[in-house]
Amino acid sequence: MQSMTFGRAINAGLHKAMENDPKVILMGEDVGKLGGVFRITDGLQDHFGANRVVDTPLAEAGIMGSAVGLAYRGYRPVVEIQFDGFIYPAFDQIVCQVAKLHYRTQGRVHMPITIRVPFGGGIGSPEHHSESPEAYFTHTSGLRVVSPSTPQDAYVLIQQAIASNDPVLYFEPKRRYHVKREVDEAMELGALPMGSGRVVVPGSDVTLVTYGPLVPTAMDAAEAGAEDGISIEVIDLRSLAPIDYSLIEASVRKTGRLVVSHEASQTGGLGAEIATTITERCFEYLEAAPVRVTGFDIPYPPSKLESHHLPDLDRILDGVDLALGRRATLLGQKG
Amino acid sequence: MRCVLLITHDLPLSSDHQELDDGPESDELIQLITQDGERTQGSVLQRWIQDVTDEQLGSLYEDMVVIRRIDTEATYLQRQGELALWPPLLGQEAAQIGSARSLRKDDFVFSSYRESGVAYCRGVDFEDLTRVWRGNSHSSWDPFVLNMATPQVIIGAQTLHATGYAMGIKNDGADSVAVTYFGDGATSQGDVNEAMVFASSFQLPVIFFCQNNHWAISEPVSLQASVPLSRRAPGFGIPSLRVDGNDVLAVMAATRSALDRARSGGGPTFIEAVTYRMGPHTTADDPHRYRNVDELAGWAAKDPIARLEKYLKSSGRFIDGFQRLVADKSDAVAHAMREACKNMLDPEPITVFDNVFSEPHAALTRQKEAYAHYLSTFAAAE
Repeated sequence: MQSMTFGRAINAGLHKAMENDPKVILMGEDVGKLGGVFRITDGLQDHFGANRVVDTPLAEAGIMGSAVGLAYRGYRPVVEIQFDGFIYPAFDQIVCQVAKLHYRTQGRVHMPITIRVPFGGGIGSPEHHSESPEAYFTHTSGLRVVSPSTPQDAYVLIQQAIASNDPVLYFEPKRRYHVKREVDEAMELGALPMGSGRVVVPGSDVTLVTYGPLVPTAMDAAEAGAEDGISIEVIDLRSLAPIDYSLIEASVRKTGRLVVSHEASQTGGLGAEIATTITERCFEYLEAAPVRVTGFDIPYPPSKLESHHLPDLDRILDGVDLALGRRATLLGQKG
Repeated sequence: MRCVLLITHDLPLSSDHQELDDGPESDELIQLITQDGERTQGSVLQRWIQDVTDEQLGSLYEDMVVIRRIDTEATYLQRQGELALWPPLLGQEAAQIGSARSLRKDDFVFSSYRESGVAYCRGVDFEDLTRVWRGNSHSSWDPFVLNMATPQVIIGAQTLHATGYAMGIKNDGADSVAVTYFGDGATSQGDVNEAMVFASSFQLPVIFFCQNNHWAISEPVSLQASVPLSRRAPGFGIPSLRVDGNDVLAVMAATRSALDRARSGGGPTFIEAVTYRMGPHTTADDPHRYRNVDELAGWAAKDPIARLEKYLKSSGRFIDGFQRLVADKSDAVAHAMREACKNMLDPEPITVFDNVFSEPHAALTRQKEAYAHYLSTFAAAE
């Protein structure tokens, strides 16, 4: 076991995947000499050469469309989108081509493309650098969407994503890049399959579901709740498409209460999807309506205001209170 | 003005715009057989088709007649309700046959939806020519059997796929070529322009084959470009050729030249094949609303099949018996396609869930099982 940052863990996972399969190619803006704007691909071009770590022209549709052609040729491209807000020029190639070619060709063409997206806020960036666009992609059939929350998971999930014959969007919580934890590089990829979530804090009073950047905040909430006599079970989704509903169902049947939290705006977001599905499947177990604690339905605000937009410890605890019917809340809009 | 560069394979590749004394005028079309069916001499492309015999020209004639017959039959099938839609290629036979017959088996084609002639040359089954338009599936053939990707509906998206595929060819050290077909309207799309950036920056073995058929549904090419489309590519550092797209020999020569450049490491080439869509964009639109009959008549006089027929007749090698054989083959192919189309079985309902993913997907499996159960209740009631 060795201690490494979240970013370094992705790098190590990429390195291992490239070593294992010569068909794995990295491509994107600045991924070569610079090692990416976040240095996630640092040193990989030196090691594997410019043909396998390709600095591309500044053109997101071009990168994504070329990855499609490479996949046709039998390669497994790993594409870096520099920032979340820059993915939109590639949207057509992702949702019309990457997502649908396997279906369109009756399974003859595989699209084993991994799309790395540094996402989310909290780092004081300008506009277009802090967004959470994951729901656009979870809405599209043919795509898998994952988001790691720990260095260990980052290391495993990137390898699972690359190994998958399906296209995978790999959302990296950029504000956690510098978090340092132990990583077991010998961990078997099959130990926790890509579509699985996991319980990171067990509890019995309320189920708190989140992913990526908010997992540590949710764990803080569980700790704060415990001090207040509330037992919060925290679930890290890991996989946003598909969602490991059996895990959430089991938890809600135990706790009877559900809170879902994400940075993305509320309307049409994953919180809505999870709340509805769990209501459909566990209605008779629910003691209260599911609660969403999310970003507001606004464009991502200027960085001096982002702390108001992003769910934090207090807002999540507020949501937990609402689910427990404990007192009037912001979310309940009661006096 | 001599501002369009003609670069053939043996010229040094340079981003500098060179002018060739023996090159064409800027808007001049390279032509090897005139509208009146006469062979021209003196073109720089001449040497690329020196080996083509009149018998081979007869074979190209046959292909063009057959694909026109297929196209006509498919249009009838649409009018008779057997197909939901059909995108006719009438008038573009020379552009498609001349280019596609120049390719090697291991070259890989990324086309739009109008390249039935190219698909025919790649060896597609007749049944598969109509499968998509009947609504039975989103694509027909196995791309890796034909070395031709499933036709693209999103305008211009396939040019990037060709670019990426060409990156793979180059990485593999192979000498095959990725060839992408698109229309004049597509040149306005970002994807096509990004594809040219990638192709040029990485010097990729890719051919951009633009069939300028003058109309993007109801929008004339003048709305897409104020100068010939072939002038665009040099701005990306890609040499271009502007050929008479109704001249099968000129198209073949240009394609062979570009293929040779690509195979020998010379990088991408842009070919503008100037042709004309004689029919509608698809069977759903009415060209009478947006273009005048004089324009159509002018292009009818440049018909690619009639032109080659004139030449073959004048060369003395074209005999009535051959023409009869070609007509019989066309009828047989059209009949086979019609029968295959009409006998095609509708797919099973539950197959809508197939192949969304390569690997099992929990949410979809659940939906599929639920719908299978739902369907079974109808079966039980019968």
